[in-house]
Amino acid sequence: MNKLQISDHLILLAGVFFMVTPVALTFLTSTHDAITVYKEGVQFLPGGKFLENYEKVLFEAGGFTKEVDGFVMLKNSMILGFGFAIGKIVISMLAAYAIVYFRFPMATLCFWVIFATLLLPLEVRILPSYEIVQSLGMVNTYSGLIVPLIASATGTFFFRQFFMSVPDELLEAARIDGAGPWKFFKDILVPLSKTMIAAIFIIMFVFGWNQYLWPTLITTDESLFTLVRGIKQILQVWVGAQIPDFNEAMALAILAIIPPVLVVVIFQSWFVKGLVESDK
Amino acid sequence: MKKVQFQSPWLPYMLLMPQLAIVTIFFLWPAAEAVQSSFYLEDPFGFGSTFVGLDNFSDTLTSTDYGRVARFTGVFTFFVTFLSLGIALLLAVKADKVLRGASSYKTLLMWVYAVAPPVAGLIGVLLFDQHVGPIVDLFALFGWRMQIGVDYFDTSFAMIVTAVWKQIPVNFIFFLSGLQGISKSVQEAASIDCRSGIRRFWTVTFPLLAPTGFFLLIINITYAFFDTFGIIDVIVKNEPGNNPVTLVYKVYLDGFRGNDLGGSSAQSVLLMAMVFVLTVIQFRLIERRVHYT
Repeated sequence: MNKLQISDHLILLAGVFFMVTPVALTFLTSTHDAITVYKEGVQFLPGGKFLENYEKVLFEAGGFTKEVDGFVMLKNSMILGFGFAIGKIVISMLAAYAIVYFRFPMATLCFWVIFATLLLPLEVRILPSYEIVQSLGMVNTYSGLIVPLIASATGTFFFRQFFMSVPDELLEAARIDGAGPWKFFKDILVPLSKTMIAAIFIIMFVFGWNQYLWPTLITTDESLFTLVRGIKQILQVWVGAQIPDFNEAMALAILAIIPPVLVVVIFQSWFVKGLVESDK
Repeated sequence: MKKVQFQSPWLPYMLLMPQLAIVTIFFLWPAAEAVQSSFYLEDPFGFGSTFVGLDNFSDTLTSTDYGRVARFTGVFTFFVTFLSLGIALLLAVKADKVLRGASSYKTLLMWVYAVAPPVAGLIGVLLFDQHVGPIVDLFALFGWRMQIGVDYFDTSFAMIVTAVWKQIPVNFIFFLSGLQGISKSVQEAASIDCRSGIRRFWTVTFPLLAPTGFFLLIINITYAFFDTFGIIDVIVKNEPGNNPVTLVYKVYLDGFRGNDLGGSSAQSVLLMAMVFVLTVIQFRLIERRVHYT
């Protein structure tokens, strides 16, 4: 029995090693100067340039056109992450409320129109989506960046499932007490959904923060670049240089990793709950 | 649907308005546009377009390039799906069993979920770099001189490893929650009947996990098709010429770089059909056949 436990731990440790090492090496490499990395390869020990490198990528406008620094990209990533998560939760809660709690003609049609979006990810309709956003003049705007991403119905589906599981007696009792649709939503349903909202918020924040293809197409103006969007430029400008600045490129990569990872780790139990229950 | 519902002539429409507006403008319209332009040949300079029927589809399906990309996508999807599912299942079974440090293992194995695919790709570029990458040095000891970005096979290898790394956490989380959902009494009964842990796994635990596994299979295929775009885009470094790319990447490449609107749209429509079939399978067949609880 004891032997079995040891082998279990060894397998798990190997798994942890496989998952953690790449990011650990990325971080360690980002604390050295470019010449060291170029000469000696990826670094396995911390170097002395941590503050210098991170200060440079955060506050020194540089890299490509001297217009944008890491701090601006961090801000844009935050706007995308929060904007997407909040927008999606508000819109999908309202839609799910209408679908579950109201009887009206065309309810089934609305339901299917919304859920059809689950069938086709953005990637397969990327070109026409871009053309439409362009014709609406929404290229290089935050709304053009965020709103089209909300079109998928994952959030609505999730809240619909949850609302269905809320006991009918609550609505009956509320109606007897004279509560209208708005009061019921605001004073009963929203407080009941708190944990669900938190769970879906975490997932949507990470999803929004990590968007790549859509921001790549929609934002050509560098002042709107997100950290993840900036990766491509990092690659061309820094890694493509004569002596590639791997250290600075990796410092930016670490900056792009930290916020979503922190959110997932800190709110781990909500996150797992949201992920496992929303995808069913 | 609920037994008790509100009735209001306009309120439900008001509530649905924002969602329906977004879906119509940013989903239905572009999807319809893709279907429509797949039947047209558009002038690359924007001077109108001609109806060509199914030519775009037949051109796409008969081109050797498309065949090559489709084959790579198949191989890529196969390896990414099975490797990430297999490794995640092994880790989940072990994490479910150990008594000490279970929650630390759980956290350490799942946080990579939050790493964006292109960032994973950038880390892959660093670790597989011919000049500085330690993985290249490691394989050089065994006589394998890796050339990422130059050699087709080596580049595919790097893409698969990176994509698997990025996907393990999701599979791990679902398998672990599936395992924790198996009731204690079933496990105890099984351990009385059968002493071999391995046999017990394959005859009792594995079938009970099958619904989770099939669900994850679809999720992983979708991931390998679509969500790996960032990884591939970063690893091929804007030089897709000889490098392996997936079907989704080719839609982007032909549409935005090649300016071949009709061809790109035809490929989009083919992909839509594929996703549609996958989703129907997900909803129908799996729900019906694989249900043990």
